[in-house]
Amino acid sequence: MTLEEFLIARRDAGRSLLVPYVTGGIRPGWTDVVRAYVDAGADAVEVGFPFSDPMLDGVTIQEASDRAIAGGATVAGILAELAALDVAVPLFAMTYSNLVFQRSGAAFCAALRASGLRGLIVPDSPLEEVGELAGAAAAEGLDLALMAAPSSSPARLREIAGRSRGFVYAVTRMGTTGEGGGTSPAVARLGRDLKGLTDRPVLFGFGVSDPARAAELAGHADGVVVASALMRRLLDGTGPRELGEYVASIRRALDHREPDEQYAPLPRHRRRPDRQDQVGPLPRG
Amino acid sequence: MSEHALMSDPGTTGRFGDYGGRYVPESLIPACHEIEAAFRDAWADPGFRDRLTTTLTVYAGRPTPLTPARRLSRELGITLLLKREDLAHTGSHKINNVVGQALLAERMGRRRLLAETGAGQHGVATATAAALLGLEATVFMGERDIERQELNVRRMNVLGAEVVPVTTGSRTLKDACNEAMRHWVASVDDSYYCVGSVMGPHPYPWMVREFQRVIGEEARVQCGAELPAGVPDYVVACVGGGSNAAGTFAGFVGTTARLVGVEAEGGAAATSGRAGVLHGYRSLVLQDEHGQVREAHSIAAGLDYPGIGPEHAHLRDGGRARYATVTDDEVVRALVRLARTEGILAALESSHALAWVIRAAETGAVAPGSTVMLTLSGRGDKDIAAIKELP
Repeated sequence: MTLEEFLIARRDAGRSLLVPYVTGGIRPGWTDVVRAYVDAGADAVEVGFPFSDPMLDGVTIQEASDRAIAGGATVAGILAELAALDVAVPLFAMTYSNLVFQRSGAAFCAALRASGLRGLIVPDSPLEEVGELAGAAAAEGLDLALMAAPSSSPARLREIAGRSRGFVYAVTRMGTTGEGGGTSPAVARLGRDLKGLTDRPVLFGFGVSDPARAAELAGHADGVVVASALMRRLLDGTGPRELGEYVASIRRALDHREPDEQYAPLPRHRRRPDRQDQVGPLPRG
Repeated sequence: MSEHALMSDPGTTGRFGDYGGRYVPESLIPACHEIEAAFRDAWADPGFRDRLTTTLTVYAGRPTPLTPARRLSRELGITLLLKREDLAHTGSHKINNVVGQALLAERMGRRRLLAETGAGQHGVATATAAALLGLEATVFMGERDIERQELNVRRMNVLGAEVVPVTTGSRTLKDACNEAMRHWVASVDDSYYCVGSVMGPHPYPWMVREFQRVIGEEARVQCGAELPAGVPDYVVACVGGGSNAAGTFAGFVGTTARLVGVEAEGGAAATSGRAGVLHGYRSLVLQDEHGQVREAHSIAAGLDYPGIGPEHAHLRDGGRARYATVTDDEVVRALVRLARTEGILAALESSHALAWVIRAAETGAVAPGSTVMLTLSGRGDKDIAAIKELP
């Protein structure tokens, strides 16, 4: 089952999707954090491959990246640890173009697949530059998710929705990753526009700083990606168990969200009636 | 590769061979499109071109002279001509680009200029152009560079610009670029990112080269008047990101002149970098075996940059330009030698180009009697404190 199939199945089972993030190699035993996320009800986990010059990241993910690199984290090392990890939800990579194109997009995708990852997202490879990588990802059965922004034109949103795989990553604000920020009409509109363009799950990221905000944003899309709020706690010394408890609190907020009047009636295109609600563990790639 | 295609319009994809492009987050793509469209429109508008030329003439002091370095030429056994960008307003070639981009920002209705700066020359130029046009300026500068270039920080402050210290990473130019881009994402509606070199996402490498082309075009005409052959044997410029070199080469790429870019030994992306993606473009980048970008090291803050403009990478691959390195020691000796033979105090950055010419002439790599046109990109007042011991 691909990342996209997995997420669609869960969404169609009536669940708001929750995707927590961890910077690979941020501390010894960091894969325990991945396990804790999954046990707490994550639907997928985003694993950051730290880069020295993360253009789209705010102070928290920058600090997490610096710490991981200083601790000796490398793409190969992170992949080796992930290969030894067996969890019941898909994992996907988040990293920057310079790491992806070290050898080639094809080599990078092959390495991800060999370690059991199901997709990737590369924030500094927009539509204009993503062609070769999209081909390489597809050849390896990986879903390459694209980002949509409040500044994206309707024509671009259509193309992003059409070419993204796995899900569409909608950023809630013009800015870098980080906590804070309120829901604006533009965010609700972005979620609504994307939902009208694709049946792929639409996840909001950036500024998903607490359970209430996660639930609010999930009302305008299919779910959320939570990164800085978790990495801030981890950098401050919070361990995997407590991080898991925090993710569980977001899970509960999403599960008990009031149905959203605006969102609920939206049609879902191409929904397949035979989609199974229950999914078992992923076979290893 | 035809010479005709070199240093021309890279089209909508912004590609120079394998290099360039637009590797920025989706949030910034509309801004890049808007700037490209505005630049294409302005560049085709005689009114804009007139205003730029007039501003460069009556305000920035163009054309800058081509000075024969008579005593140094005699010592080296060559004919050395210096294109005097140190005599442009604010003391370096950076003003050419900044006046162009500030006029464009004004035309686009932007109220504020954002800029990164290394040595502070681009920051000073941006603060200057902002003051001239009544715009605000916010300049991002690495903490280490702020320490090294205190004078330029004070100049920016006096000119009314806000200087934001950057405390991340190596605290130099590359980190200032990251921070400027992050800030740009968050303020793209009212701010214009005034990139200081031939780097960044398309259209910047092309646009900045076009705004710097005036160096090469003036020098080409001046060489025609000064040299019996009309064209020099060598055209030499220093390269950090490579804007003065790009502007210079643009005037000579269609001639027989050999083009030489000179990098700092500790910041030599063209010489020892690998293909990579940094700050929105694909080019040659200094990086470790895992793909983490390395810190560059140079006595010249303006060359402390681990990338190189994508068009330089393309010129290198095709062999139309060659790139060499010099050491900090050679640079300081060259600076002092020019000061004592010609009474010209060049910037440490520009002294890289000079150091290569001196070495090449003394080793015979540049044959006796050769003619050399060197772009002296800026003046050295800012660097006096860095020259601790006179050779």
